[in-house]
Amino acid sequence: MSQTYLPGQTRQGERILIAIAVVLTLLFIVAPLAYIFVRAFSEGWRVYAQNILDPATLHAIWLTTMVAIIVVPVNVAFGVVAAWAVAKHRFPGRGILVTVIEIPFSISPIIAGICYLLLYGRQGLLGPWLQANDLQVMFALPGIVLVTMFVTAPFVAREVLPLMQAQGSEQEEAAVTLGASGWQVFRRVTLPNIRWALLYGAVLCTARAVGEFGGVSVVSGNIRGQTNTLPLHVELLFNDLNAVGAFAAASTLTLLAVVALILKAVLEGKRST
Amino acid sequence: MTAATAPIRAKRVMPGFTLSLGTTLLYLTFIVLIPVLALVLKGAEIGPARFWQIVSSPRAVAAFQVTLTAAVIATIFNAVYGLLMAWVLVRYEFRGKRILDALMDVPFALPTAVAGLSLTALFSANGWFGGVLEAAGLQVVYTIWGIALAMAFTSVPFVVRTVQPVLEDMDPALEQAAITLGARPWAIFTRVVFPAILPAWLAGCTTAFARSLGEFGAIVFIAGNLPGRTEIAALLAFIRLEEFDYNGAAAIALVLLGFALVLLVLSNLLQNWASKHREATR
Repeated sequence: MSQTYLPGQTRQGERILIAIAVVLTLLFIVAPLAYIFVRAFSEGWRVYAQNILDPATLHAIWLTTMVAIIVVPVNVAFGVVAAWAVAKHRFPGRGILVTVIEIPFSISPIIAGICYLLLYGRQGLLGPWLQANDLQVMFALPGIVLVTMFVTAPFVAREVLPLMQAQGSEQEEAAVTLGASGWQVFRRVTLPNIRWALLYGAVLCTARAVGEFGGVSVVSGNIRGQTNTLPLHVELLFNDLNAVGAFAAASTLTLLAVVALILKAVLEGKRST
Repeated sequence: MTAATAPIRAKRVMPGFTLSLGTTLLYLTFIVLIPVLALVLKGAEIGPARFWQIVSSPRAVAAFQVTLTAAVIATIFNAVYGLLMAWVLVRYEFRGKRILDALMDVPFALPTAVAGLSLTALFSANGWFGGVLEAAGLQVVYTIWGIALAMAFTSVPFVVRTVQPVLEDMDPALEQAAITLGARPWAIFTRVVFPAILPAWLAGCTTAFARSLGEFGAIVFIAGNLPGRTEIAALLAFIRLEEFDYNGAAAIALVLLGFALVLLVLSNLLQNWASKHREATR
């Protein structure tokens, strides 16, 4: 009896645990995801299209796209440059530098927004100077871009740095010895080695940049049709009691998140081979 | 003697050191360090007496209490659910496992405002879950349970993704030895597996807790934001800004920043313990 008892019990235990995991995930993760589309289309395709084509929503989509177009290339470049400095060279304070790169991960975006407001706002440290020179950073595109840069700064570096460290720099050193210039070494040797991790980091950075809410809501001023990014527009529509409109706007962000997840899975596969 | 070897050692083979390090430092200084410094300077300007007055005001104390309580509830849920998910995803083979694994990243990929919107609608009286729960006498939306729910949703991947690699790395010989010695499954889990993953699990829970304390986007939708009842600290800081009370906002933000840094240090210590532990149990 004891022979059949133990394996039978564990297989049954296994099935129960899998069932609990699947049910909890369906309720906790899948339901919120599915509900966005259910509600967005609850009044049919026509209303959905109307909601998406609403000028304010289109403007929010445009603004969010602009922010991502500016922020992502900058942080991709920063990630690569920072990883190159840390992984390919030895210098005192490397550990501290890595910690500083990771700071934005541990700071709540809303605190990041407050930091920027205290720096660039009218009462901020640089406020008088900015006003004297007629420069508007807060409650305008530059502020939104800067905060988004802060929040997403570590994403690419975090993916590329460990890979560069693991690969070492023998290949690059050989190329240098053979007379390659710094740029040639980077383009021909380093870049092919890190391209999947780089792309993966860029995907994560884009997803985060597009969805940023807390920091942006501090510095944008929520000016309708001007500084309203897509996530802020979702909140605005929700507060206007236009739930279907809010869900329609949210569905575009959700679609983007799903695409990012699929890309992530594909790139993870590529990276491990 | 050292003078002869020094020039050779100091000669850098890899190009672009000054350029890459210079660019990195410049970018970090302007994007990260100076803004954070602006907050710290503001805190210094407020002065300890005024700072304490702001932070210990009844509304602020209530906000900190709500935030901490909800974050504790969320972290307890994630500690259990995250551990279960990591276990199931590593130890069992079943159909749809890869999809289940990919779904664990949804909370990271989905903008927090979208998550907040969906959870609020889902758990309000006319949503899929809200009707059932309210019939059972449990109100989620506009209560601390809603805040905890939003926190749990946005921070669950931290626990799963921290425990998962450690479980994958565990030496099966330990468990096999325990089975050979006649240990029952539950005893194997509590005596062999759990001690091995404990540091990583605690590190994941700490990060999830830290993330919950700072969460804003998902919570403002579901909380109802009633001062003293369901107003979280991050929102109170935001409200102070809208009232142009920059001192009030900065003081609350500094307390949250302090929490975040302490938890960051704690989580790093736990991670170090975890990696040492991992070497030892391999």
